[in-house]
Amino acid sequence: MRKLLLFLTVLSVGVIFLGRLFYLQVYSGQTYSINEDNAIRKVFHYPKRGYVYDRNGELLVANQPSYDVMVIPREVVPLDTLEFCSLLKITKEEFLKSFNRAKNYSPRLPSVLLAHLSKEDYAVLSEKMRKFQGFYIQKRSLREYQTNIGANVLGFIAEANQKIIEEDPFYKMGDLIGKQGIELSYENDLRGVKGVKYIQKDRFNRDIGPYKAGKFDVTPEPGKDITITIDAQLQEYGERLMQNKRGGIVAIEPQTGEILSLVSAPTYNPNLLVGRERSRNYTRLYNDTLSRPLIDRGLLRMHEPGSPFKALIALTALQEGAIDVNTTIRCNHGYVYGRNNRKMGCHCGGGQRNLNSGISKSCNAYFANAFRKTIEKYDDAHEAMNIWSDHIKSFGLGNFLGYDLSIGKKGNIPDGAYYDKWYPDFRWGATTIISNAIGQGEVLVTPIQLANMTAAIANRGYYYTPHIIKTIQGQSIDEKYTTRHETTIDKVHFEPVVQGLYDVFNKGTANFLRVPGIEICGKTGTAENFTKIDGVRTQLTDHSIFVAFAPKDDPKIAIAVFVENGYYGARWAGRIASLMIEKYIKGEVTLKQMEQLVLDKSLEDEYLKPYSGEPFTINQ
Amino acid sequence: MRSNRHTSLKLDWLSIILFLLLVGFGYLNILSASASGEITSYFDMSQPYGKQLVFIVFTLVLIVVVIAIEAKFYERFSSLIYLISILSLIGLFLFGKTVHGATSWYAIGGMTIQPSEFAKFATALAVAKYISDLQTNIKDIKHQLKTVLIILVPAFLILLQNDAGSTIVYAAFFFVFYREGIPQIYLIVGLGLVILGVSSLKFSAVPTAVGATILIFLYHFLVHKKKKRIFQPILLSLVSLVFIFGVQLFYNNILQPHQQDRISLWLRLEKDPVKLEAMKKNILYNLHESEKAISSGGVTGKGFMEGTRTIGKFVPEQHTDYIFSTVGEEWGFVGSSIVVILFVLLIIRLLHLAELQKSQFSRVYGYAVASILFIHFLINVGMVMGLIPTVGIPLPFFSYGGSSLWGFTILLFIFIKLDANRLNEW
Repeated sequence: MRKLLLFLTVLSVGVIFLGRLFYLQVYSGQTYSINEDNAIRKVFHYPKRGYVYDRNGELLVANQPSYDVMVIPREVVPLDTLEFCSLLKITKEEFLKSFNRAKNYSPRLPSVLLAHLSKEDYAVLSEKMRKFQGFYIQKRSLREYQTNIGANVLGFIAEANQKIIEEDPFYKMGDLIGKQGIELSYENDLRGVKGVKYIQKDRFNRDIGPYKAGKFDVTPEPGKDITITIDAQLQEYGERLMQNKRGGIVAIEPQTGEILSLVSAPTYNPNLLVGRERSRNYTRLYNDTLSRPLIDRGLLRMHEPGSPFKALIALTALQEGAIDVNTTIRCNHGYVYGRNNRKMGCHCGGGQRNLNSGISKSCNAYFANAFRKTIEKYDDAHEAMNIWSDHIKSFGLGNFLGYDLSIGKKGNIPDGAYYDKWYPDFRWGATTIISNAIGQGEVLVTPIQLANMTAAIANRGYYYTPHIIKTIQGQSIDEKYTTRHETTIDKVHFEPVVQGLYDVFNKGTANFLRVPGIEICGKTGTAENFTKIDGVRTQLTDHSIFVAFAPKDDPKIAIAVFVENGYYGARWAGRIASLMIEKYIKGEVTLKQMEQLVLDKSLEDEYLKPYSGEPFTINQ
Repeated sequence: MRSNRHTSLKLDWLSIILFLLLVGFGYLNILSASASGEITSYFDMSQPYGKQLVFIVFTLVLIVVVIAIEAKFYERFSSLIYLISILSLIGLFLFGKTVHGATSWYAIGGMTIQPSEFAKFATALAVAKYISDLQTNIKDIKHQLKTVLIILVPAFLILLQNDAGSTIVYAAFFFVFYREGIPQIYLIVGLGLVILGVSSLKFSAVPTAVGATILIFLYHFLVHKKKKRIFQPILLSLVSLVFIFGVQLFYNNILQPHQQDRISLWLRLEKDPVKLEAMKKNILYNLHESEKAISSGGVTGKGFMEGTRTIGKFVPEQHTDYIFSTVGEEWGFVGSSIVVILFVLLIIRLLHLAELQKSQFSRVYGYAVASILFIHFLINVGMVMGLIPTVGIPLPFFSYGGSSLWGFTILLFIFIKLDANRLNEW
């Protein structure tokens, strides 16, 4: 027994020690990471962010140096706050607020104390910096816009937030990251590789040389320059035409799917979101809930397509053999259908209508008939609707297009199941859903979907996924943007429809929009819309919609224009489309009178009507 | 020649291998902890790692000498060795050099020698000699007191030189006495006093005193059932009471502030967060850094000479008392566990050998060696890992320092020699 006391004590101590070691090193010890080691100082070198050029090589976005004052709270020794604050040009309260925020974030990690010093302040401060232990100046690169246009496309960069920092170890507090537009989509190419130097510290926090002779150091690599598909001239022109109006213009090169311009109105100057004023300006833009300049209407504004959709009704009807080129019907200023002789009105003027005049005069009756025949071809409306829906969706409608900007809307193309859900106890049929025939009803699209649909028609049956990227520093772009998407409509059916769209300009609803020397095909559209004023559903002036492509036989541009509350399609959207097409194809605009008319037009009054609190008239 | 060969065969090679592993691994860690920048020469005498290598070379010579000397010499001259050792401790009061507040060194030329490191084996020899004397009866109180006196003299001298850490080491001899047959009551009383002392500090004196008294009386009446003899429990309670308040008095008035703080931190006595923070900054800095260094090693460590906290010299005194934190950082859980296991194996091996001894002298001495190594191991590693209050004593064979390395080597190898000789005893 006496022999055992020390023996057992030694054994227990051994076990306790092993347990303690296990606790310290295995249980609570994390896997070792040089980045977490506070015996190692990390010095970052931010590379040049990639430049952005337009399709013609015009520089749109460059960089400017920016200097942030950083702080590592744990390393701060008592300092002459008064002197420091006067150097930084801030008050002591501001300093303390910022310092405490940094301390709360982390005492041992660097935080931004003051962002974006001016060059003059930097020059003065950098000489005195060594007096203030725990503070240092971090050079970063901010954007410098060479242009005032395309804010919605270019996007902006801003400090990475807490969530991003936690998820992606690449980003540290104060790092900048693309937040919208191409800055977001091509962040990984634009940002380059951040340089890091690891420096061994001693316990007095002095640098004692490179850690492992710089074995782990990362050399900075500049970000890649990118060229985007936007034509800056066209974009600028589109933004000018859309001044004082709300809506979007999307222009696509049909043969490639390249987005030539993506206008959203109202817009803002991208320079507003750079530097010290960034967050104040952002808040102001964000809080403008009336005109919502941060919303990209070209990508996000869902609306009924209106009459341009008739082109697809015609194509599906032809494909399904529900009509042929020679099918005619008589329009009696409307289309009467159903048991109760319900009537859909028509403004085409009435008379005999065939496919060509049906399109060019935008005859509702003709397309109601074509749609009805397409659906009624099948015994089962559910099945018919699915077949119809698949045809329509093959034009890129009803789902995300897959373009390289991070925002979008699916839109809506109803199918059989959709209406089964709507009418669970009711045998719905073609006449129940006849509004779809004229692009009303349940169909919803975004301007970019409409432009892509137009491009598919211009190509006579295929499209490329619209995209904004042209090249990334010489590299070829993602294969998904160079893959042809075929529609389900045979090529032969396109020619008569294209001819009809051509005649819209020749003898139809857009004959006053002709551009000398360019054969344009297009289609007007007018969409009714409603809002709620004090809980009462109130109709507002119609949206003006127009789609077009040109030249007819070798399409270079397909365009969709959407002007909120612009009244009928040809009025504003049509004019803007013609001007854009002329601008792009000829490089200059000869329709000066039309141009002036559009530039001078402001719809602000129209937009204020619902808020005026007084009765108002619409569609004037 | 033949007899030499005979002796060498009987050396306990397991202990020697464990010893060599510890010294060798210790050297690697000292090299890592004390190297700064390029190593120009491994014998760079301006650097601890250079000196340690010289110490190790000299140690090997020392081992040969210790083994070569006839075994009987150690028993026969133990009193003389003890006497010389005591004189060398007394001499410190006249010629001693003070480092870090402790007057524990003789400075001879460029070297310093710490006699307290050598006093350990001298005392162990003296204790072994006295207990193994045929006239000594360890169960006799008079002889017990004399034995304790052998320990108290060097311990007290060292305490006066302000080296409290080395004084505590002499508590190791309790294990020796217990093995040699002092009454059980000492163990019970010893444990009781430790519990009372800690409790007195942790829960303050009055509750501890009340609790102790109640327990004593409960035991007396319910377990012993000697209802009439009331005198015994009263006396016992009084003694406890005196001890409990004595500990308080000792803690508040005799201990130096830095010692108070160490205990206070260990028992988490300080409640005022501001004071606690200040204490942690001052006292806990070493501990905090050493724990962090160990913890940052993870399972496999950062690799030899690659510990960032070791390179950055974040742990003060890392190559001496805090050497184990280098093991933790650079060799991780795997390496530190191996060191712990090596120590446990060595101590258990020594205990085993001690039990095999035929002469009481060898047995007592062997037991003392194991106990002294154990106390060092317990206090040093426990302190570096934050399990017990900070006490500055070296890790045997591992920590930097000539005196400590030589002291422990002699301590160990005298026993290995005695053990090798056990068959020739009679």
